[in-house]
Amino acid sequence: MSATSASVRPRVGSKRQTKWLTISLFLLPALALYVLFVLFPIVQAARYSLFDWNGLNPLTDFIGLKNYETAFNSDSFRRALANNALIIFLSLAIQIPFSLACAVLLNRRFPGRGLFRLIFFLPYVLSEAITGIVFSLLLQPGQLVDTGLQGVGLGGLVQDWLGDYTFVMITLFIIISWKYFGFHMIILLAGLQGIPREIEEAALIDGAGRWQAFRHVTLPLLGPTLRVSVFLSMIGALQLFDMIWVMTRGGPIDSSNTMAIDMFKRGFVEQQMGYGSALAVILFAFGLVLALAYQRFVLRRDVEGAVTAFNG
Amino acid sequence: MKTTASTARATSASLILRRIGKVARPGLGFVRYVILTVVAGFILMPILYAVLGGFKENGQLVGDPGSIIPSPWVVSNYTDVLFGDSAAFFWREAANSVIVAVVAVGLTVGLAALAAFVFARLMFRGREALYTLFTLGLLFPSAVAILPLYILVKQIGLEGNLLGVALPQAAFGLPLTIIILRPFFKSIPVELEDAAKIDGCGSFGFFWRVLLPLARPALATVSILAIVGTWNAFMLPLILLNGTDQWTLPLGVVNFSGLYSSDQARILAFTVCAITPAVVFYALAERQIVGGLTAGGVKG
Repeated sequence: MSATSASVRPRVGSKRQTKWLTISLFLLPALALYVLFVLFPIVQAARYSLFDWNGLNPLTDFIGLKNYETAFNSDSFRRALANNALIIFLSLAIQIPFSLACAVLLNRRFPGRGLFRLIFFLPYVLSEAITGIVFSLLLQPGQLVDTGLQGVGLGGLVQDWLGDYTFVMITLFIIISWKYFGFHMIILLAGLQGIPREIEEAALIDGAGRWQAFRHVTLPLLGPTLRVSVFLSMIGALQLFDMIWVMTRGGPIDSSNTMAIDMFKRGFVEQQMGYGSALAVILFAFGLVLALAYQRFVLRRDVEGAVTAFNG
Repeated sequence: MKTTASTARATSASLILRRIGKVARPGLGFVRYVILTVVAGFILMPILYAVLGGFKENGQLVGDPGSIIPSPWVVSNYTDVLFGDSAAFFWREAANSVIVAVVAVGLTVGLAALAAFVFARLMFRGREALYTLFTLGLLFPSAVAILPLYILVKQIGLEGNLLGVALPQAAFGLPLTIIILRPFFKSIPVELEDAAKIDGCGSFGFFWRVLLPLARPALATVSILAIVGTWNAFMLPLILLNGTDQWTLPLGVVNFSGLYSSDQARILAFTVCAITPAVVFYALAERQIVGGLTAGGVKG
């Protein structure tokens, strides 16, 4: 190390030039692609959102924050906000605890464990749109889901799964869970495997019950992983689009609208590009608030916490 | 690695636990299997429904949905999709999906590797700020950029061109790929770099001949994650591709199900053919997919 730097010292200037040349050549392609196709469009969305614009004519009709006002007064967008919030709530209240329970069941060596893990994660690699098509067929009135429920004596549960104004979101949530619980389970399982078994065993020896040991020892140690899972679940719920578009297009009558669906419908289908962009900016703001809160309250604790040592 | 040490220490603890009766009872194992099997059944049911449904006649599929096993078994739905009437659709869309995936994944992984190298091994002012800029991409929903992207892609003349989908797709893949690759590149010892420099390697030579071969497992992981993401993408192609001959498989399946809404067996056969590549790929690469997600997810 010292020998090289000594021999180069006379040509420090040219060495620095080479370094900057390397940095630019290596970094600029990725940066250019990223700025052009990710960051620039977001800035553009902010600009378009201030205009009444159909996406074709010159951008002249400046209307200030009018689009935002319209959005928050619009029934369909309010419905979308409520639905996104509902999915976030249900994911945190049902889907993640369920994933955690499955992860705990798989966090032990036993024959067939690999197979279960393989099956549970499988839906994650399938396309959301294609999943939506299969479930649409399954859920048609009188199709397999209905006859299956009747067959096991639960015929009373049969619904107009995708056509019912209030039930449609529950149906969609179940399908979303079908697709994504395995993903959260895998993340949580990795977290569980990072916790040395002797910590829980020590608690058991000290007289804790199984539930107590899990609740007061394992769960706190799993905190960082759990928070990552919660965060990813919330971001995912915010941008829900493919499956819902394929299955209901946000219907019946906006009852399964989400922010992304509303944005696509208004901006692209109805060609109100300015208004659609305002919805995009609102979506971005929610994502950003979530991300900042995550940085501020979650990430820092994890970095400071001793627990992360186990994940390394 | 460290598990050997912990199992050695754990044995004495488990001995004590066994003595005081706090080990898993055999009955618990049975309950575990029952619960897991029920969940696995719930997961597999729609997939089995699609696969078997593709072998049924429409009369059975619609008229007697409770019967699971096809009777009679018909293969014509599948052969139609693969070799018959619908084959032109299917193979065209499969080819489009492959083209988009190859271009997007090649770009994502190639450019992200170069960038991750800079972020991992070179010190310069503004490095962390630039890195944070890339990580930001992971923190907001990509749907946000979609309307302006449509305008942008139209302006640069790539509307209705597979490249118009592949380029933004590649850009969206950059953050996660860089985040996974950087720590991996960092972990390669400085001594190796010094040795390579003494042997006459420049920065690119070191990157190309030493770092990339060593990082093969990490590159496999990020490539596979990028392939899964691109292969399943729906919203971006939906906006940017406007003709049947450009559609990728997810768009194709959705369109097909609209066209043949009365021929459900054929829709299911088409669907199964469309998801087969992803399932086969997953079966082959499960370890990398799962490993990559946990590395990316747990370590943030």
